[in-house]
Amino acid sequence: MQERPRLINLENISKEYDGVRVLSDINLYIRKNEFVTLLGPSGCGKTTTLRIIGGFERATTGRVLFDGQDITDLPPYKRKVNTVFQKYALFPHLNVYENIAFGLKVAKRPRDEIRRKVEKMLALVNLRSYGKRSVESLSGGQQQRIAIARALVNEPEVLLLDEPLGALDLKLRQEMQLELKRMQQMLGITFIYVTHDQEEALTMSDIIVVMKDGYIQQIGTPKDVYDEPKSAFVANFIGQSNIIRGEMVHDCLVNFCGADFPCVDKGFGSNAPVDVLIRPEDLQIVPEDEGRLKGIVRSVLFKGVHYEMIIDSGAMRFKVHSTVMQPEGSTVGLDVIPFNIHIMKPMPKEETQFEEATQSEEETA
Amino acid sequence: MSAMAFPPWAVWLMLLGLAAFAGMIALSIRRNRGIRRTLFAFPYGLWIVVFTLIPLLLIGYYAFTDRSGAFTLDNFRTFWDSNFEMRKQMLDMGFDPADLGIARGNVNMDTLIYSLWMAFLCTLICLAMGYPAALFMADRNFKLGSTLVVLFIIPMWMNFLLRTIAWMSLLEDNGLINTLLGALGLPRMQLMYNSRAVLLGMVYNYLPFMVFPIYNALSKQDPKLSEAAMDLGANAALTFFKVTLPLSLPGVISGITMVFMPSVTTFFIPRVLGGGNTEMFGDLIERTFLSADNWNVGSALSLIMMVLILLSLTTLRKFDPEGEGGTMI
Repeated sequence: MQERPRLINLENISKEYDGVRVLSDINLYIRKNEFVTLLGPSGCGKTTTLRIIGGFERATTGRVLFDGQDITDLPPYKRKVNTVFQKYALFPHLNVYENIAFGLKVAKRPRDEIRRKVEKMLALVNLRSYGKRSVESLSGGQQQRIAIARALVNEPEVLLLDEPLGALDLKLRQEMQLELKRMQQMLGITFIYVTHDQEEALTMSDIIVVMKDGYIQQIGTPKDVYDEPKSAFVANFIGQSNIIRGEMVHDCLVNFCGADFPCVDKGFGSNAPVDVLIRPEDLQIVPEDEGRLKGIVRSVLFKGVHYEMIIDSGAMRFKVHSTVMQPEGSTVGLDVIPFNIHIMKPMPKEETQFEEATQSEEETA
Repeated sequence: MSAMAFPPWAVWLMLLGLAAFAGMIALSIRRNRGIRRTLFAFPYGLWIVVFTLIPLLLIGYYAFTDRSGAFTLDNFRTFWDSNFEMRKQMLDMGFDPADLGIARGNVNMDTLIYSLWMAFLCTLICLAMGYPAALFMADRNFKLGSTLVVLFIIPMWMNFLLRTIAWMSLLEDNGLINTLLGALGLPRMQLMYNSRAVLLGMVYNYLPFMVFPIYNALSKQDPKLSEAAMDLGANAALTFFKVTLPLSLPGVISGITMVFMPSVTTFFIPRVLGGGNTEMFGDLIERTFLSADNWNVGSALSLIMMVLILLSLTTLRKFDPEGEGGTMI
């Protein structure tokens, strides 16, 4: 990706509510026309970060720069950003047209310009003849598109979206994901998107910012955070994963579950404890004697395009995805190619345990 | 025993109502083979019949009859002309009332207009004071909000008569305020026995009925809506006038109703805090019933009042068709 100018800079942002720290050390820059997603479980501070950018919360420490200018103390109505709120926050006493026209009317634009722009927006969100309708008569998906139109009509440089698809059903959500991405590319506006849905983040984003407990865990492209997670938390939160305690024998050789595996990671030292990440789809099931590991199939679940199998090998329980089913109770061999082993610095014990990350349960193939 | 008595049919009507009530209970138990939920509605039905429907019928009956029970519209004529009865008697005796200097009496009409004016002022003042108070109370960032709510509720724990009399001890010539003024070497003031004192008493008593419906409407409002307005470029004032205020209108309508209705029919407050020339319509009705012992004219006046209130309510309902502010009736 070509280097674009930085539009928003968060410098050392922290936020406390009544002495409770909800954001720490947030340093983040967002480039022009980027689709940036703040991703994390609830309570991780992603919405607070967005509200600080929008001007609805004031950071306890730190600065917010917009195009190089300090906007830390600027009230929301003076910022060149617009927000799509979580439950849309459409004005119930105004009809669809008036809702979309609100920002332009406040800015005292000429009437024919307002009419032209609102009509254009209604066309953009495919609700052309809905202007006179009351917002409460619309479905969730339609309200959602009105909320987007109401924000976009002001031609903001940055659009903030706070879990905008959270209230929609799965099919509609997937359609809207593509729709949003299309709009963002067409209009050339910077999107800052908050979600707890990792699939949504992977689908739409240029950059994903993974957050937890008020700290940024990792910033990177979807491919980066999926393939090269910096911690067990990120690995578990984004997609499903097997995380195993292991030992780095030396560069490019790691030992876990009693076997040595060649890998491609370097620089962890010799005989150093590490966390080993293997995605379920990267574990290969091989005949019993051909794998480096041996395991017993404990359970098999049909998931559509693949089977999800739980395979016990010694004390370790692996989750394996494969299109070929192995019968429950059978003994199989397990192996993994060096490129698919990912080594991470070890995390505190409780976080490395194999857990059924609830978020990843939503993942559908 | 007063000269007025219940007509015998009213007693029969009440007995009939009770009998029908007992019959319906028996029928309901039999049909449902036991006690069902609908049974619990009957006490309210009985309440409405005995304390609302029958009294209303009685008021209608008295308003359109004279003391002998014969149909007449004279009671309403008395409303237009408070001297009507006197003039009629004179005419009957062969005198021309005009010769005796007895003209049309405007007392009843004037009292009604005065009551409406006072109620209007009271509602206006309550709105002007109540809206900002409700706004503060509903503001999540205002830490004293809930304290303010309690402060508004506490006086309502005390009896309304007591509260009004308490004002007397503050306002009278030797009352607390004048004693204080005297102690400071300032001239004493005539605070009681005028319309201002009556208005004060009314505002004091009815203010909570304005504050709470508005507070309700405001605190139910999603704070995200004002954030959205600000996000779209509206400053605090614009946000208030374009979003917060219009969305709280049902509460305002409800508050106006709840203050205006009891204000028009106010009685007792003018008698305690006002002088002789501050009689309001509620007092007039009371005086007509009790002092003048004229249930017929009293009923006619009550009916006129009721029609006026119903008219103003229907007008207000136009602004709040869904009754969101909890408008009564």
